[in-house]
Amino acid sequence: MFDLPPHSAYAMAAVLGLLVIASVIRLVLRWRKPDKDYTELRQRIQSWWWMVGVLFVVLAANKNIAIAFFGFLSFLALKEFLSILSVRQADRRAVFWAYVAIPLQYYWVSIGWYGMFIIFIPVFVFLFLPMRMVLIGETKGFIRSAGTLHWAVMLTVFSISHIAYLLTLPVKNPDAGALGLVLFILFMTQFNDVCQYVWGKMLGRHKIIPKVSPNKTWEGFIGGVGTITLCAGFAAPLLTPLTFSQGLVAGLLIGIGGFIGDVVISSVKRDLQIKDTGTLIPGHGGILDRIDSLLYTAPLFFHYLYYVAY
Amino acid sequence: MKRVMKVLFFGLLVKPLVLIVLGMNIRGRERLPSRGPAVIAANHNSHLDVLVLMSLFPLSQLHRVRPVAAADYFLRNPLISWFSRTCICIIPIDRSGHAEQDTLFSDCQQALDQNEILIIFPEGSRGDPEKIGKIRKGIFYLLKERLDTPIFPVVMHGLGRALPRGEALLVPFNCDVVVGEPLPRPESAAQLTRQLGDAFAAQLEHCVTRQEAD
Repeated sequence: MFDLPPHSAYAMAAVLGLLVIASVIRLVLRWRKPDKDYTELRQRIQSWWWMVGVLFVVLAANKNIAIAFFGFLSFLALKEFLSILSVRQADRRAVFWAYVAIPLQYYWVSIGWYGMFIIFIPVFVFLFLPMRMVLIGETKGFIRSAGTLHWAVMLTVFSISHIAYLLTLPVKNPDAGALGLVLFILFMTQFNDVCQYVWGKMLGRHKIIPKVSPNKTWEGFIGGVGTITLCAGFAAPLLTPLTFSQGLVAGLLIGIGGFIGDVVISSVKRDLQIKDTGTLIPGHGGILDRIDSLLYTAPLFFHYLYYVAY
Repeated sequence: MKRVMKVLFFGLLVKPLVLIVLGMNIRGRERLPSRGPAVIAANHNSHLDVLVLMSLFPLSQLHRVRPVAAADYFLRNPLISWFSRTCICIIPIDRSGHAEQDTLFSDCQQALDQNEILIIFPEGSRGDPEKIGKIRKGIFYLLKERLDTPIFPVVMHGLGRALPRGEALLVPFNCDVVVGEPLPRPESAAQLTRQLGDAFAAQLEHCVTRQEAD
């Protein structure tokens, strides 16, 4: 039914395999320590199944459905972001136009208009939204509002649309197809989160930015970046047009970028004194809690790839 | 017929709208009563409030959930009146202050007798966006003869930004819905309004959505 390129199909099978292993481990844990509460772990793994399941179905369906899916993800993320930020009541109509930018941005992606895709939000939306706010006329808090609104659109729409644009790029590795690039960036980013966490749990001693994230350590950071750099080096020739050594650089960018995305959203939450940005994904929190690292890794990986391979 | 309309309206329109266009951060959903007699006392900032509250209930229970709504507003013309009575199944209430207390609440009493769940906005009006107004005593007089009825305080936050009073353009924003424990049995109207005010204030602390004024 689905005509998947072989390497992408293997990668998807590998991810499903990892999920099966995670589920089995949880069942074993529950069996060995029946009195301990594993609710959060169970929710987390169940949510992973859902996220991976939905993602794989839309990716396998067709290109435009997948692009629309990332547009919907941008919508959910932008909505969640604006809901926790202190957007003024007066800005409702400007916010409305920020939402309108989403279908337009993803339309440019779907027709492969690179020039428009890359300047639409940083130039046109950037210039337009403050103008719309001027027409409303509330000047108290204007600077802060204009700043936060554009920042939110850049992170949740501009950044995330880079993942969708990977699907539009000409295929240079026919064994993996356009799908391979998306699987590569998504898997490496999420696996980076896991690796930094696991290395930090095992060896973590020296705090890296205690004021923002007390649990982040140098050991976790370096261990995670090292693991991802190596993994990306081996996976890149299979899933992307990059060579082994180019893959190492991509892995380095993803490892560091993912860390930064994570702590940037952590700083936002700390500033607002909230723990999670929402409750949409049981066990994980909100959409932003899940895609925080992707906000940085997606554009970084995209432009590195675009520079070396296109 | 009414029940079918209500299920269709909520299943096809309201639930998708509330889940996708709005999005909810829900806390304490498991506390919601599955059958009456019970009262949900919520703060009120937007027409969306009642849709969000009702969409928390499964479609199979929805026919038991009845919002108490202002007759002067929701019965003001035949179309709105038909919609309010058929799709939402409101219990209209006279806000003019001229009605006798016994007859004023008779429809509400009847609903509670039939194990229905009433939704009441004790502020009596939507008021300013995202502000909790003065809590009125009507809810106590409604329950005066049956003070054992559980009252669940529910706080919603964020809907005053999505669709404030006097605006027609709905702008998507997530909202918080915090369901509290049922209140202890009140002895007087003043005590009940105080309990509700305290519960609202405490539940507001759990909201993650923000507003410039916060």
